[in-house]
Amino acid sequence: MDLGSILQYLVSGLTVGSTYGLTALGFTIIFNATRVINFAQGEFVMLGGMLAVFFAGALNLGVFPAVLLAVSCTTLVGVCMERLTIRPVQGANVVNIIIITIGVSIFIRGVVMLFLGKDTFSLPPFFGTEALEFFGAMIIPQSIWILLITMLVLVGLRTYFNKTIFGKAMLACSFEQKAAHLVGISVDRMIMLSFAISALVGSIGGVILTPITLTSYDVGIMLGLKGFAACILGGLGNPFGAAAGGLIIGVLESFGAGFISSAYKDAFAFIILLVILFVKPSGIFGRADIERV
Amino acid sequence: MLVLKNIDVFYGKVHAVKKVSLHVDQGEIVALIGGNGAGKTTLLSTISGLIRAGRGQIVFEGREINRQKPDKIVKSGISQVPERRLVFKPLSVEDNLLLGSYHRYSLGRSASIGRDVEEIFAMFPVLGERRNQPAGTLSGGEQQMLSIGRALMAKPRLLLLDEPGMGLAPAISQMIFRHVSKLRDELGATVLLVEQNARSALKISDRGYVLETGRVIVQGTSKELMQNNDVQRAYLGRDAGESGR
Repeated sequence: MDLGSILQYLVSGLTVGSTYGLTALGFTIIFNATRVINFAQGEFVMLGGMLAVFFAGALNLGVFPAVLLAVSCTTLVGVCMERLTIRPVQGANVVNIIIITIGVSIFIRGVVMLFLGKDTFSLPPFFGTEALEFFGAMIIPQSIWILLITMLVLVGLRTYFNKTIFGKAMLACSFEQKAAHLVGISVDRMIMLSFAISALVGSIGGVILTPITLTSYDVGIMLGLKGFAACILGGLGNPFGAAAGGLIIGVLESFGAGFISSAYKDAFAFIILLVILFVKPSGIFGRADIERV
Repeated sequence: MLVLKNIDVFYGKVHAVKKVSLHVDQGEIVALIGGNGAGKTTLLSTISGLIRAGRGQIVFEGREINRQKPDKIVKSGISQVPERRLVFKPLSVEDNLLLGSYHRYSLGRSASIGRDVEEIFAMFPVLGERRNQPAGTLSGGEQQMLSIGRALMAKPRLLLLDEPGMGLAPAISQMIFRHVSKLRDELGATVLLVEQNARSALKISDRGYVLETGRVIVQGTSKELMQNNDVQRAYLGRDAGESGR
């Protein structure tokens, strides 16, 4: 167990963990606006990667235009999902809406399989292919891109929710929906916006990882579940916790695969999920609500 | 200013408000009193657009508003201070006020909003002292002030107040009622006040309506209502024989 391999596992864990974190953020944003767990979140992540591959190949675009187009299309899919499947059942029980999101995820997966096939695809790296050596670990430039883009998304979301009136209005919808209506916030529009932002963040997570781990029509299931595990680990509803949870799961998974056995790689995320649910269901960063009656 | 004509509201199969007609004129404080489940809150929710009236007409400043969504109604000049205050607890006091003026942001006229926040702090100094504290850490009375301040930030011409005294110590509740009459006297606000505490409500209002199981059973000036035998017996806790005040 030398320093080189520890570093190597750490970097690859953080790389994959970034995508888990972004997936988890997507869950958090919709949950905060609606109290619904959107089980189609993993499909947003898959769509980001698959559409980028499609646009790069079929339309012969460069990586950057393909990525931008893929992320915009996925955002649009998020908006359509809200308009077509969530808004018509407004006021329905949260559990029913969650089941609808599972239906949407199966539908999206099916459509992608039908049109893009069951093959596994890859994207060329965004910029630079030569790995850098760093204390005996080989770091590919894409890893650095992933970490940078994830940081940017986090800073962007933080600014949006803490500094802009629209971000605060979106939080207001989650804290006290009736009062949000009464101060003139269009709650419908905020819910739609939350789906758009979730799809945007999720697809960014999917597209940045594709040059490293490959993609296919069904990667959304596993990514979605691990993103969900990251949410629970960080405390459901806490954006900071979601991002941190994703990174932690990514790193633990990577160390587990490296030092124990790669056969159990996927199991680690779910072992963590179960342990957290037994030991501290509010998550490691979960806080008790401030309440005064 | 506000006219309700023959309003019927249904909650599922429950007929919560039955053929209610009432009006509020510019500069008045009108009290709507009645016990639990009389339909007072339902009526305010209907005016604010949270619930659709089954039948009837709601006219505000000459325009019919009963098919409009809540955000449009706020824009047209009606703000509500909801029952149980409903402040955004995890957000700061200042953010709560800023959100009160949300519809003015969407119109792109945000320049004066900062000044308005300071005006609210001048009206309720205790809120100014706690501007960066989460609203959930305020006391009940302070939360009520914040909820009123938040509604005022929308620059309403008509203010709907739902049980502002509920759950507050009598002294605090009296102070809130004094603030409400100051709003009218100093800012020229028009207020529709819903209250279970009939005495406090009638003391500061010009006219009143008594609601019972969804119907208006008595209406008149506040003075008349204070002296009405039925109202005294049912809502002011007095024997009919005892004389007023």
